[in-house]
Amino acid sequence: MRDIAVISFAQTPMRRRVEELNEVEMLMPAIHDALRQVDMTIDDIGFTCSGSTDYLAGTAFSFVSTLDGVGPWPPIQESHVEMDGAWALYEAWVKLQIGEIDTALVYGYAKSSPGDLPMVLTRQLDPITVGPLWPDSVSMAALQARSLLDAGKATEEQFAEVAARSRRNALDNPNAQLAWDRSAADVLAEDYLVAPLRRSDCAPIIDGAAAIVLAAGDVARSKVTRPAWIRGIDHRVEPIHLGLRDLTVSESTRTAAAKAGVADGPIDVAELHAPFTSQELILAEALGLGDQTSINPSGGALSANPMMTAGLILIGEVANRISSGDANRGVAHATSGPCLQQNLVCVLEGEN
Amino acid sequence: MGKQRVAVVGIGQTKHQATRGDVSMAGLVREAAQRALTDAHMTWADVDAVVIGKAPDFFEGVMMPELFLADALGCTGKPLFRVHTAGSVGGSTAIVASQLIEAGIHERVLAVAFEKQSESEAMWALSLPIPFTPPLHAGAGGYFAPHIRSYIRRAKAPDHVGMLVALKDRQNGLKNPYAHLHEPEITFDSIKESMMLWDPIRYAETCPSSDGACAVVLGSEAVADAAAADGRPPAWIKGTAMRSEPTLSAERDTVLPLAGALCAADVYRQAGITNPRKEVDCVEMYVPFSWFEPMWLENLGFAEPGEGWKMTEAGVTALDGDLPVNMSGGVLCTNPIGASGMLRFAEAAMQVRGTAGDHQVDGARTAVGHAYGGGSQFFAMWVVGADKP
Repeated sequence: MRDIAVISFAQTPMRRRVEELNEVEMLMPAIHDALRQVDMTIDDIGFTCSGSTDYLAGTAFSFVSTLDGVGPWPPIQESHVEMDGAWALYEAWVKLQIGEIDTALVYGYAKSSPGDLPMVLTRQLDPITVGPLWPDSVSMAALQARSLLDAGKATEEQFAEVAARSRRNALDNPNAQLAWDRSAADVLAEDYLVAPLRRSDCAPIIDGAAAIVLAAGDVARSKVTRPAWIRGIDHRVEPIHLGLRDLTVSESTRTAAAKAGVADGPIDVAELHAPFTSQELILAEALGLGDQTSINPSGGALSANPMMTAGLILIGEVANRISSGDANRGVAHATSGPCLQQNLVCVLEGEN
Repeated sequence: MGKQRVAVVGIGQTKHQATRGDVSMAGLVREAAQRALTDAHMTWADVDAVVIGKAPDFFEGVMMPELFLADALGCTGKPLFRVHTAGSVGGSTAIVASQLIEAGIHERVLAVAFEKQSESEAMWALSLPIPFTPPLHAGAGGYFAPHIRSYIRRAKAPDHVGMLVALKDRQNGLKNPYAHLHEPEITFDSIKESMMLWDPIRYAETCPSSDGACAVVLGSEAVADAAAADGRPPAWIKGTAMRSEPTLSAERDTVLPLAGALCAADVYRQAGITNPRKEVDCVEMYVPFSWFEPMWLENLGFAEPGEGWKMTEAGVTALDGDLPVNMSGGVLCTNPIGASGMLRFAEAAMQVRGTAGDHQVDGARTAVGHAYGGGSQFFAMWVVGADKP
């Protein structure tokens, strides 16, 4: 495989509501900051790919307007996925593998604030058998958490420890929306939101955007001193129906991790897209992470979970830690669909 | 590793109609996908990855429907990828799928595109507000009619050219058993007398709203060679390209978009085509309103600017003409929007495989598939050939 690296990452500050800006205006600073960091303009980019969804924007073809924010003139090579920006990055990585271009711009964005996100997400479910029951995303995650408890694979104390650690880590992340320093015992004292999940077990609802620049081989080396090389990337899906899955494990993450080569070396840092504390435990097991791995030092999705963007941000967070020299090898993860239905795993590494 | 060769080794589509009330979305995509797999002599287990495309999710009222379609598409434990690039999406989906093989990641990829427009009202779903303009247009025809009027004025084209395109495509559609519209009684006069919807676009010069799906199985060189050795000719992909330009930009020419011209130039370069008019045997292009045939003939380099309508008028683009266009009946006969681009790509591949049935062009060796979307701003094209590149 061709050597492809993350050479630049930018995100907007994560906010519960961005009411004064439309999607284009919210997104543009992330795109232009990512390009500026590596002294590039859109004219230096070989391929552009984005991830977003019409259902949050509330309008058909919403990505068409945001493309104007890139300034695609003269016309550019460009594509869009109705998926998290992490999958847009995957498409760009594939395109770079073919070897005809050396650079790519990837972005993702969403504003969830105009709607009722847990209700909007019910529209992803089978429209004939499940959707009409409007089971919200928190309740479905609670079913998964309950199955973990019933199987004896986790405790509510462990959920609370994940909640406390994530928000404490987020104190060091200026872009995080939810950061605090409270004990796990304090979290356990909260009332249930949807048992067995408490409010602190759930990710905040966020408006935000992010962008990444990818570059191949020597182009990457010429732009940054320590590129974060993508050593493996893979994604897998499972059936949406909860009854067809063992909710206490993530088979698709396990398969993607094997394909991406997670176990081929030590993992210093992992940024896992777990919108619920219970899901972080499932993912850590599926990825085979041990005590030597720092999990979600950014605070992860529990501190900022912009739809269609969080996965891309977590790739950027791992890349930043590698480029800064804080870590040598890390794994980033993105998820989509109810209860970890679809998962992407990306292994990044620095050059010694 | 460099760019690997890719070929189309299986093609399937549904019977397209206004309402496919007999199937759910899952049933619709499986009908096309199963036919493509059967054509490729494969089973679901042979597929490494699935790439699916469709236009806005609001058309069916399901957010990111690929998630609930994952098991229907045989994806359990496999990669499933969802593309959405507006009206060009069917073409883009095939291209994104082909890149997975070009890059050496997979050997066999299933690409599927669909729309089930009977779930909603597509015309109003396409009546998007344009920033800074009064919301006066109704449907895509209302958006594109001014572009067409501009073309007619610039090219000094006579009024009847649009009607000739509609008559030709509807007659071609009669030869395509999968086409939505089968109108054996249609005549030039019946088109002329049909209601004017968006001047100069008459009712009979407009695409229908369809339920339908299309699927192609793409294979690596080894897979395609094996199919060929088995007497099943592959359609070799000789070039793919996508180009996008902004919705709002003072530099744009919406009659002859630069993105379309650059996209065409890119695929011709990859395919080694220097004179498309002479070297291409047939073209399946995205013509949702009749007048887009002469406009795209010019944009894609088959005619000089202002000359495209003369090819149509002279019968060059007829099924028995020198450069047949929209042999399947095109978008004017069948328009499940998300699938429409892939249907164009698939028809081009059927032609060079020699499997187009009653709408086969004799001796077709090189064919172009074309799709566009948005406000004439997103383009996807491929060139396929009977000969290995």
